[in-house]
Amino acid sequence: MSAPTTEPTPGGTPDARPPREPAFMTDRPRRTTSRRPGPAHRLLHAREMGIVVALVLLVAVTAARNPRFLSAQSLRDLLLSAAIVAVMAAGQTTVIVTRNVDLSVGSVLGLVAFGTGKLFLAAPDLPIVVVVAIGVLAGAALGALNGGLVAAAKVPSLVVTLGTLYIYRGIDFAWASGQQINAADMPDAFLDLGTQRILGVPVLAIVALVVTLLVAQWMRHHRSGRELYAIGSDPDGAELYGLPVGRRVLTAMTVSGATAGLAGVMYAARFGTLDATVGRGIELEVVAAAVVGGVAIFGGSGTAYGAAIGAVLLTTISTSLAVLRVNPFWQQAVVGLLILGAISLDKLLAVRTERALIRARLDGQAETSNGSTDV
Amino acid sequence: MSEQTATTSRRPDWLSSLASWDGAVIALLVLCFLLAAGTVENFSNTGNLRFLLLDSVALALLALPMTLIIITGEIDLSVASTLGLTSSVMGQLWVAGLPLELIVVLVILLGALLGAVNGVFTTRFGLPSLAVTIGTLAAYRGFAFVVLGNRAVADFPLGWTTASTRAIGETFVPLVLIPLALLALAFAVVLHRTPTGRALYVIGHNDEAATFAGIDAARTRFWLFVTSGAVSGLAGVFWTLRYASARADNAQGLELAVVAAVLLGGVSIFGGRGSLAGVLAAVLLIGTIRNALQLDGVSADVLDIVTGGLLIVSVLAPNVATTLRSATSRRARSRPSTPTPGASRA
Repeated sequence: MSAPTTEPTPGGTPDARPPREPAFMTDRPRRTTSRRPGPAHRLLHAREMGIVVALVLLVAVTAARNPRFLSAQSLRDLLLSAAIVAVMAAGQTTVIVTRNVDLSVGSVLGLVAFGTGKLFLAAPDLPIVVVVAIGVLAGAALGALNGGLVAAAKVPSLVVTLGTLYIYRGIDFAWASGQQINAADMPDAFLDLGTQRILGVPVLAIVALVVTLLVAQWMRHHRSGRELYAIGSDPDGAELYGLPVGRRVLTAMTVSGATAGLAGVMYAARFGTLDATVGRGIELEVVAAAVVGGVAIFGGSGTAYGAAIGAVLLTTISTSLAVLRVNPFWQQAVVGLLILGAISLDKLLAVRTERALIRARLDGQAETSNGSTDV
Repeated sequence: MSEQTATTSRRPDWLSSLASWDGAVIALLVLCFLLAAGTVENFSNTGNLRFLLLDSVALALLALPMTLIIITGEIDLSVASTLGLTSSVMGQLWVAGLPLELIVVLVILLGALLGAVNGVFTTRFGLPSLAVTIGTLAAYRGFAFVVLGNRAVADFPLGWTTASTRAIGETFVPLVLIPLALLALAFAVVLHRTPTGRALYVIGHNDEAATFAGIDAARTRFWLFVTSGAVSGLAGVFWTLRYASARADNAQGLELAVVAAVLLGGVSIFGGRGSLAGVLAAVLLIGTIRNALQLDGVSADVLDIVTGGLLIVSVLAPNVATTLRSATSRRARSRPSTPTPGASRA
């Protein structure tokens, strides 16, 4: 292909092709700034920004229709309702980031909630801290069983947790056998946790905030937390690099189980009425909260903060539906539509980022080839 | 790795002769059936056997397209919600006064449309079917409640509802088993006897290779999701008539049993492997176990332990078998020579 002509040959090597536009002149300074983005830039371009905007819009529209929506009591109810899903969404985030999913969280919540009631029936004088610890540990054990099965069967966690979703729920039904535990069966100090406030903020919301902070900080700054992202971005690569993939996924599923256990205790404190159907189907809300909050279902990106905001958004939607007098049955449909919307949007953004990266690389090639002819 | 596969293929050990998974499932089915017939009172009644088969019809229907979908390496978790939504719509249309013949056609078309939505999201937008169908699992069930709320429509004509449960003559075989068998045969012929069926395995094995072999994987997948939706609609019609009740929560959670049956039937969750015979045997196995335990007084909610457990076992078993096999072959190899640590590691 040694063409003697000086005309640009179509299909020639990229080096032979002259740059079509002198973009490199303006491109260079722009890229150095984007390499070291300031905190304001980072905040505006965070994955979670879109959902924050959606949340603000939703609150604005609803408040315009009914100003009482913004009253302190209404906001407190909102936070209280979001707390349980937010706690589980933090755990789910660790799992989804590794390109797995934990569908059993609703059953773990139900089992632990009922177990909490049973525990108080058996030992009413047990300190609340001990009960919470037992609930969290029980949830962690159920989650670890999920993780162990995933590691042993080497199949997608979806299948395993779909199985344990029904097994845990079945155990719950067998254990309860129609029994219902009421608020009268539990100590007042425990039930007060569901309504108490510190500086006007419900205790359960503070618990959710602490859990979210802990999980987010672990995933952001701790080595094992960072490795979860590596595993989700490229499982094979992570394995080749020598990361303990199986152990990290097991950890993530244990964390998810532990948060579901904690959520179970929180549920018991908040609602006080417990039977075997508690938390049925809540796993979809948890997955929706995480995915809507910017945790990519393909793994590798997302934060617990986003998942928590997602939980708040979901709760706000169901409250808004009630305020706006929309048929409450729309709530579940909205959950599904939000999942579909979120994964579609995420894919769209991923494709656009990929295209932008390719363009940047082509520009870079043009730039270097131009530079070499100068010398 | 390559050495290990060579030794296993050379050795006709008992595992590979039993490894015909279909054979194992059928044997297990016969065993469970005989055990139930021997120990559970009233199990082998004509009436009970008819109910056993009737209760398995919806599961069998949904398992047919699910088998094909999982063989291509995808999954459809929305089937039970599609069933619920079509059931709701069927009830609402009946209340609106449409003739039932027309409703049946409309509802099956609606199912196909719902399946097409799954298909567009997975093949056109390139999203994982798992995520898409978790979304539509929630969305379709939500729509079902939007359509019918907590109400139930139960005043379907008696002729239709009794036809859905009637037996052939004096036997225990329900009449609906005839169209079901024909449909199953059609699926089996397509899967096992046509180039399209072979293409499904190729897609499941290696998407890229399928493309190079001239197979339009995306189009095939799309039509599989449409088929799955249409069959789910049909199952919705059957469910509504069989229980004479259109409700939004019909068949809630049935997707688990469907996936369990398909995996228990020997279809690999990674795609590319499985047969319909094994799946149908697994459907009957699940039906038999549930029926027998229910006769023994175990509640339906507790029975989910069994279904979930079967699902876990069916995904664990292949790995356990592989581990056992490689362990026995390693022992067989190391026996003649002195077992030095270096040799066993190589």
